[in-house]
Amino acid sequence: MLRETDRHFKFDWITIILFFLLVGFGWLNILSASHTGTTLEYFNFQDPYSKQLVFILLSVVLIIVTLSIDAKFYERFSSVIYIIALLSLVGVLIFGKTINGSTSWYSLGIMTFQPGEFAKAATGLAVAKYISDLHTDIKHFKDQIRVFAIIAIPAILILLQNDTGSTLVYASFFFVLYREGLPKVYLIIAMLVIIIGMLTLKFGILITTIIAIISVLVYYFTRRKKPAILQPIFIVVVSILFSFVVRYAYNNIIPFHQKDRISIWLRLEKDPAELLKMRQTVAYNLNESEKAISSGGFYGKGFLEGTRTTGKFVPEQHTDYIFSTVGEEWGFIGTFGVVLVFVLLIIRILHLSELQKSQFSRVYGYSVASIFFIHFMINIGMVMGLIPTIGIPLPLFSYGGSGLWGFTILLFIFVKLDSNRINEW
Amino acid sequence: MRQFLLFISVVIVGLLFTARLFYLQVYSSDGYSLFDDNAIRKVYNYPKRGFVYDRNGKLLVANQPSYDVMVIPREVKPLDTLEFCQLLKIDNEQFKKRLDKAKNYSFRLPSVFVSQLSKEDYAILQEKMRKYEGFYIQRRSLRQYETTIGANVLGDIGEVNYAIIDDDPYYKMGDLIGKQGVESSYETVLRGKKGIQFIQKDRFNRNIGPYKNGTYDTIPEPGKDIKITIDAKLQAYGELLMQNKRGGIIALEPQTGEILAMISAPTYDPNALVGRKRSKNFTKLYYDTIAKPLFNRSLQGVYEPGSPFKLLTGIIALQEAVIDPSEKITCYRGYKYGNRFMKCHCVSGTRHDMVSAIENSCNAYFASTYRRILDKNGNASTGIDRWSTHLKSFGLGSYLNNDLSVGQPGRIPDREYYSKIYPNTFYSTYTISNAIGQGEVATTPIQLANVVAAIANRGHYFTPHIIKSITKDTIPDKYSTPNYTTIDKKHFDPIVEGMYQVYKKGTASYLKVDGIDICGKTGTVENFTTIDGVRTQLTDHSIFVAFAPKDDPKIAIAVFVENGYWGSRFAGKIASLMIEKFIKGTISRTDLEQWLLTHSLENEYAKPQSGEAFGINRQTQLQVVPVDKEALTIYEDNNEKL
Ligand SMILES: [Zn+2]
Repeated sequence: MLRETDRHFKFDWITIILFFLLVGFGWLNILSASHTGTTLEYFNFQDPYSKQLVFILLSVVLIIVTLSIDAKFYERFSSVIYIIALLSLVGVLIFGKTINGSTSWYSLGIMTFQPGEFAKAATGLAVAKYISDLHTDIKHFKDQIRVFAIIAIPAILILLQNDTGSTLVYASFFFVLYREGLPKVYLIIAMLVIIIGMLTLKFGILITTIIAIISVLVYYFTRRKKPAILQPIFIVVVSILFSFVVRYAYNNIIPFHQKDRISIWLRLEKDPAELLKMRQTVAYNLNESEKAISSGGFYGKGFLEGTRTTGKFVPEQHTDYIFSTVGEEWGFIGTFGVVLVFVLLIIRILHLSELQKSQFSRVYGYSVASIFFIHFMINIGMVMGLIPTIGIPLPLFSYGGSGLWGFTILLFIFVKLDSNRINEW
Repeated sequence: MRQFLLFISVVIVGLLFTARLFYLQVYSSDGYSLFDDNAIRKVYNYPKRGFVYDRNGKLLVANQPSYDVMVIPREVKPLDTLEFCQLLKIDNEQFKKRLDKAKNYSFRLPSVFVSQLSKEDYAILQEKMRKYEGFYIQRRSLRQYETTIGANVLGDIGEVNYAIIDDDPYYKMGDLIGKQGVESSYETVLRGKKGIQFIQKDRFNRNIGPYKNGTYDTIPEPGKDIKITIDAKLQAYGELLMQNKRGGIIALEPQTGEILAMISAPTYDPNALVGRKRSKNFTKLYYDTIAKPLFNRSLQGVYEPGSPFKLLTGIIALQEAVIDPSEKITCYRGYKYGNRFMKCHCVSGTRHDMVSAIENSCNAYFASTYRRILDKNGNASTGIDRWSTHLKSFGLGSYLNNDLSVGQPGRIPDREYYSKIYPNTFYSTYTISNAIGQGEVATTPIQLANVVAAIANRGHYFTPHIIKSITKDTIPDKYSTPNYTTIDKKHFDPIVEGMYQVYKKGTASYLKVDGIDICGKTGTVENFTTIDGVRTQLTDHSIFVAFAPKDDPKIAIAVFVENGYWGSRFAGKIASLMIEKFIKGTISRTDLEQWLLTHSLENEYAKPQSGEAFGINRQTQLQVVPVDKEALTIYEDNNEKL
């Protein structure tokens, strides 16, 4: 175990080991998911698994570079980095290449490059910088607005690229802000929005209203110190109104394919014929992915032995649906292992963040943990049908150079900051 | 508190994922099987089905290729429907219906569009098939019957149904299985074992390559050829003689239990149940509830045995030592028991010993011996059980545990059987009709033939069976192990002598065949049917059993001709001719043959359906018909091949 005073082990090796575990295991699964035919051929540097190997080697270079830069650099130049990231996001809207409907890529000859993947780290640095500023108090509304803006600008630019999934990632900063003192009311509102939204879609407005009233009554009468009577009434009324809004939005505003995704997620469709149709269309990937995971059983079919993976039954399996390969070939042991490593990694980052002496490092560390968490939750949740289909990659696992490098930089900036905490002045 | 929100969220999500994974991969997973994996295409390679030969090595059943037009709905492109329909000989309406049916089944998987094209249609279609995307021709193997004989012996093959698939995972939808006859009883031998190839496919249902380089693939094991015990020439001859008649014939080889001929009339051409016409013809045969061509009368026809049963009554009496073969019993035109009377055709006062009683088929003699058997110990209850045990040792009252696809146990009553009707007192007179093969006893032709074989062997029989040999395989020992009856060998002599006298000077004396010592016994059995709810008597069944030659039996035979009136009238003639045919190969008694070919019983069979009142037995008239030229031509064609 490393000791904090041991100069030779100043980097947090646990984080680094977990990182390489994920990258390495991820690559094996990309290999499985992307090789063609039933037998493995030699590397040809055309197939994703060959390319990914190159990306991984380059990411080692990135790690060395990231760790070589002086820790203070990141804090000092965070604003510059942030602005460069925003400019690259604007630039991609103008010069970018459209792939799968999203204009998120710069085309650099044989390679494509996705600035959005780097904007997360930049935003994390900017948020850390702003919050750690001595003049900032997150309890003040003015500062809240400013920090929201820092987060919202890249999020909106990415939304303009038509990449809804990546936009959602910026919601992860909520955890950061809350940790740093964002008033509790935001948390309550966020939770109410989620709960009322789901209840309305699943059970309808009437039941939602009844549940809201009962909950508020229980809350009101179990409190020893009774709040003003108007407060619970207000909450109920707002909840009911919100419930109507959700219903209206679901019926009239949300595009059809999104509606179907929600319908699949909350199991709203009961007609077997309709369900079958959905499985052939909007829920095709999810259905194939669940089948692949399920077919792995407890021990899995073995590396390169997944019949559904070999047959490419799950579209986009080497990118967003890579977890289904783990499920099929490595079984419950593999999937549980991956979930465990992710949980350990995130908790490790959280733990290290709390150890930071500088607020900048802590906020940044929190951002890293939150971003990893949101990706982890949405991606694996989606692949198993626990969350509506939202296309974002599984960090360090899914195929793609930009994604890998984005997360590498995101994580290793923190490793560098962490290594520096005993040198803090 | 604030620093724990994310920590708790991570842990909760981690647990939630683990639970979901556990549900998907452990709880709801029912184990992985290559066969259930729809990412792996299973391609079955069907082996050649084994051929069937007769006992002399004559080919009876072979295979012929057949071609099915298959369709994969999602691959179908717009086509010239009119031309395509003309080629397939279907109309536009059917075309749509068949395509819809295939779509209903699966868009991605092949369905049979038109099954079993004729060779001519195939030749024309094959040229043009490339024009019709989504359709292709698949080769299958069908049965080819070399002759028209033995439909009930050989059986047929047809598609498996859901019950079979559920029962035996070997069979998949669309597989063929033996449905009747040896096709059914030797299904596993004949079919071989299909081979399987596992092919990895992708989500567009395209083949990518062999799964694991074909490690799990198996090669088909060809079906084995079998030789059956049937003598095809004898079978063909028997079928010819049974033209215009209904009934069953079994001929056995006594030394082996091999079935030489198994005839059920009316029969049909087995080729009628091959290929595309199968379902239509099968339905027709299946719903012919009057002539019942699919009902194998020689195995399933349960009849009262009639007079041939007297042989058994006699032999049991000898074994039980209740009579001496030379002891004479007087017949007074019948047998009086209590205040009832069993008639006999003897001149009143005739005295019979065992041989003469058999020769003259005296009812009084056997009624009397039957009573002695039952009353031996003064207790008819134990007496009937002893009687029953003796009979069962001849294979009566049970399925013969053989290799035939159908059968009937018949009925041999014992005390238990009568306990409902006679719960308390039980006297031998209650069941006296059993003495002469009426009353409660019932047998099938094959059982009766087996009894004759046991008599011919003087005390033992071999389980009647149809398999002679299997290529590169053995047949069960049970077919070559004798089953001993409870009767001592010495008691058979007077019975055999009696049967010999039947031919010599008794009821079958006019059926003699020069150079062959035949032993036989005639039988006549009353029978009834129900017309509009009224029990109505029909003309008696004509029964005949025989074996020959007397001292070195080569053939034992039982012939049942429904409503043929008396034993020698139809059944006896047929038995004599078949014995001659088998032993000599030629027919000297062409007079008998001619008589059988020109006399029909169709008029008898039409009576119950006529709706009119009709006479039976004495009041019937023989229907004379011209020789069926067509049947004779078919017979000669068959003979050429045999
Ligand atoms: Zn008499």
